[in-house]
Amino acid sequence: MLKLAPLATASPASAMELSPFSKSGQGLLRPLSNLLYQRKGLTLALLLAPPLLWFGVVYLGSLLMLLGQSALTFDEMAMSVTAELTSANFVALLVPANLDIVLRTLAMAVAVTLGCVAIGFPMAYYMAHYAKPAEKGFFFVAVMLPMWASYIVKAYAWTVLLAKGGVIYWGLEQLHLLGVLHAVLGLPAVGGETLATSNLGRFLVFTYIWLPFMVLPIQAAIERVPSNLLFASSDLGATPFQTFRKILWPLAFPGVVAGSIFTFSLTLGDYIIPQLVGPSGLYIGSMVYTLQGTIGNIPMAAAFTCVPIVLITIYLAIARRLGAFNAL
Amino acid sequence: MRFNGVSALRVAAYGGLAFLHLPLLFIALYAFNSNESGYTFPLDGLTLKWFARALERSDIREAIGLSLSVATMATLLAMVLGTCTAAALNRDRFFGKDAFTTMLILPIALPGIVTGIALLAAFKLMDVTPGFWTIVVGHATFCVVIVHNNVVARLRRLPARFIEASMDLGADTLTTLRYIVLPQLSTALMAGGILAFALSVDELIVTTFTSGSEKTLPIWLLNQLSRPREVAVTNVVALGVMLITMPLILVAWRLTRDGDANPNNR
Repeated sequence: MLKLAPLATASPASAMELSPFSKSGQGLLRPLSNLLYQRKGLTLALLLAPPLLWFGVVYLGSLLMLLGQSALTFDEMAMSVTAELTSANFVALLVPANLDIVLRTLAMAVAVTLGCVAIGFPMAYYMAHYAKPAEKGFFFVAVMLPMWASYIVKAYAWTVLLAKGGVIYWGLEQLHLLGVLHAVLGLPAVGGETLATSNLGRFLVFTYIWLPFMVLPIQAAIERVPSNLLFASSDLGATPFQTFRKILWPLAFPGVVAGSIFTFSLTLGDYIIPQLVGPSGLYIGSMVYTLQGTIGNIPMAAAFTCVPIVLITIYLAIARRLGAFNAL
Repeated sequence: MRFNGVSALRVAAYGGLAFLHLPLLFIALYAFNSNESGYTFPLDGLTLKWFARALERSDIREAIGLSLSVATMATLLAMVLGTCTAAALNRDRFFGKDAFTTMLILPIALPGIVTGIALLAAFKLMDVTPGFWTIVVGHATFCVVIVHNNVVARLRRLPARFIEASMDLGADTLTTLRYIVLPQLSTALMAGGILAFALSVDELIVTTFTSGSEKTLPIWLLNQLSRPREVAVTNVVALGVMLITMPLILVAWRLTRDGDANPNNR
């Protein structure tokens, strides 16, 4: 060891003569390079400083500030925030009207997640196991394009499609299925006056918009399931359904959970779609928006934001245990 | 039996694709609708006149201009910060690495409304008037992770022997960085930048909180939904937004795919 040490420090210097890079390494840059190479900790600190400053100050700073405000008092008479600590905002979350908003949003988030799994899983399975290479590429692009396409354009497209006199009503009329639609819209909790003002319409739009976020993680997870396992299962006499239930589903489940992080979290926080499509009841997102906007009650809005933060933190903790992070 | 199962699966898969694409196709079709009401179906006839109207309107031009400049600024910031985080997190373990990773994905894991209202509350407290720069700050925050993901994926595949060979030939850290690492990263970095740009052009939720009275393209569209003025023109703008972002996404995809297919990277 001792003998090697001087050799190791000497070798870069002697190699410099032969090196094609030697010219660029001279001057002030060389000492800097050496410093960076020897002091890994310093390099790391230099690399981390800008993003740490940005995220630590701008992002976490404002997040903590927001959470802090949730414990402040909002004076309804003066319409202003006073620096008195209180738990009233969190207590107010449990008022039936507010609890209703939370549960309604949660129910939609769960429904949308299940809807996305139901449509997304077959797509992902086909992509991963049955599509030919070119077809797989086509599917990948075809799922990715709508995923990255503008959120508001997609939402807007649905307001146009769902409108009375729009494409969907026209299509159902051509198929003589308007009666079926009215029957469905007559159902409690699902239906409403028209498609555009029903929970069914809202569910459709949410499912549409978040679907790609579900397909791609599941596809990645199924891709890692060796086909041998599926063949072995059917060789051993399992029906396709048994193979699915006992082999494919458990192995692909982390991917499903990974996808559900997006569908769940995005639905929970959205406030544009509930405003555009569906019945008039508020969602967590629209409540936060209303509270901070017209009234300026940031403390209560902050308390409301804690609901998705807490729910998603719990969700992420469970997802991590289920191995979903490796499937992302 | 097996054949039937596969064809059922194929039908389901293509059905899902149709579900994903038909609404976008219809919006594209509606942009040519000669009827003023903008949503009735079947269409009365086809026309190009709404494209001309859209080009004439200064509010649309301003929204496009603002969106593009915000996206450029946010992308540049995200590319610098995202490269830093990727380089740092690709290294050995260090204290707080997990916490740092979590912090990075937080802006996209938490709903946009949380980021939006947190930034707004902070701006209010610091007496910052919402405007161009507050939008940029919001956008850059969630764009970092996009760039980071692209760059870190490429860094992980960059074989250590490239760097070792460079060092053996006498190159120092900075020279290796300049001639070996950065060229290998360039397409990934570009892809990340393009995706960040596309995301910024499309972002609505965070923007509604941080934009004040400024109108980016998505905000302009949202306003049209509550207070429509010439519905037919809105369809044209919606098509326009798709035409701006879709090619960018395709280019970004090509860039990352070519990088992955490069045998030297294995």
